Amino acid sequence: MEVTDANAAMLSNYEVYQLLTDLKQQRKDSGKNKHSAGQQNLNTIMYETLKYLSKTPCSRQNPETVKNFLTTMVPHKLTKAEKLQLLNHRPETAVEIQLMVEESEERLSEEQIEELIQKVTDVLPGDPEQEGSAPSNEAEMDEGIDQ
Amino acid sequence: MFVAVEMVDTVRIPPWNFQRQFNDAIAEELNKKLANKVVYQVGLCICLYDITKLEDSYIFPGDGASHTKVHFRYVVFHPFLDEILVGKIKYCSQEGVHVSLGFFDDIVIPPESLQQPAKFDEAEQVWVWEYETDEGAHDLYMDQGEDIRFRVTDEVFLDTSPTGPSAAATDTPGAPGAEEGGQKKEAPYTLLGTISEPGLGLLSWWNS
Repeated sequence: MEVTDANAAMLSNYEVYQLLTDLKQQRKDSGKNKHSAGQQNLNTIMYETLKYLSKTPCSRQNPETVKNFLTTMVPHKLTKAEKLQLLNHRPETAVEIQLMVEESEERLSEEQIEELIQKVTDVLPGDPEQEGSAPSNEAEMDEGIDQ
Repeated sequence: MFVAVEMVDTVRIPPWNFQRQFNDAIAEELNKKLANKVVYQVGLCICLYDITKLEDSYIFPGDGASHTKVHFRYVVFHPFLDEILVGKIKYCSQEGVHVSLGFFDDIVIPPESLQQPAKFDEAEQVWVWEYETDEGAHDLYMDQGEDIRFRVTDEVFLDTSPTGPSAAATDTPGAPGAEEGGQKKEAPYTLLGTISEPGLGLLSWWNS
């Protein structure tokens, strides 16, 4: 076996999540007779990786949101690695942005960091449980008044 | 976190699999060989991404199976240097904090890369960050199962191929017995991390 290119392309968590979900569906459709002893490694790694990725922001993304995210990031002049980390982690605080963007103090002003956080939280879907706590209270209050 | 790695390999399809779709049979063989395995200097292989090229298949004398050279791309877990990752604390030891991602377990944050000052609580076997504020020192415990954000500082690949019989013969007669008893399984791929920056460490420390 020969490795021709150890770094052919960087993959976002979303792409790997999509690939594994499709593969899981494919294997389920093809029936259980193909699940011999040799497939155990694949089953294990697929299960564990899907379990990990389903708890990250990538599980709520789709090709549209990823494309939108990359277009909105164009004016900020971030490196590929930085955009990838923002896509994978969906940071909500300035501290997280400073971790992922190198030399953020020199390259981004405070307003720019705020703008970045705003864009990230707007374009990338968030955790409905986490964000549901604020708006849903208002919704409940409204429903209470209507009743 | 993940990269697509281009590889070339010769895949053997035994005759009883000839009735299957060729691409499916190739994909299954590649996954059987590489999934959940660490390739030296490359990373932990997850699953097949796609097949780029299939060369001609040959049947050799004495073996009824077909041999095909396949160019393909494989999804590999290989975080880049300084990447931020989130994992769960598996356990703490004198060597540092051991973090797991579920599908990958061998991540260690050595004591010098913890938020300073830190001390190891022997009774509970946890590392503790002694956080100083104006009001006094708070002891922040790094408990098992907690989510932790860290930065990748280094990676170590170990070649775990079996060593030949010559290595065993040179050992003194007394040593092999003791060695086999205490022999530790070396991880083929280990990541070293750090949490000594603002924003790193337990997620609960920074979510106010």
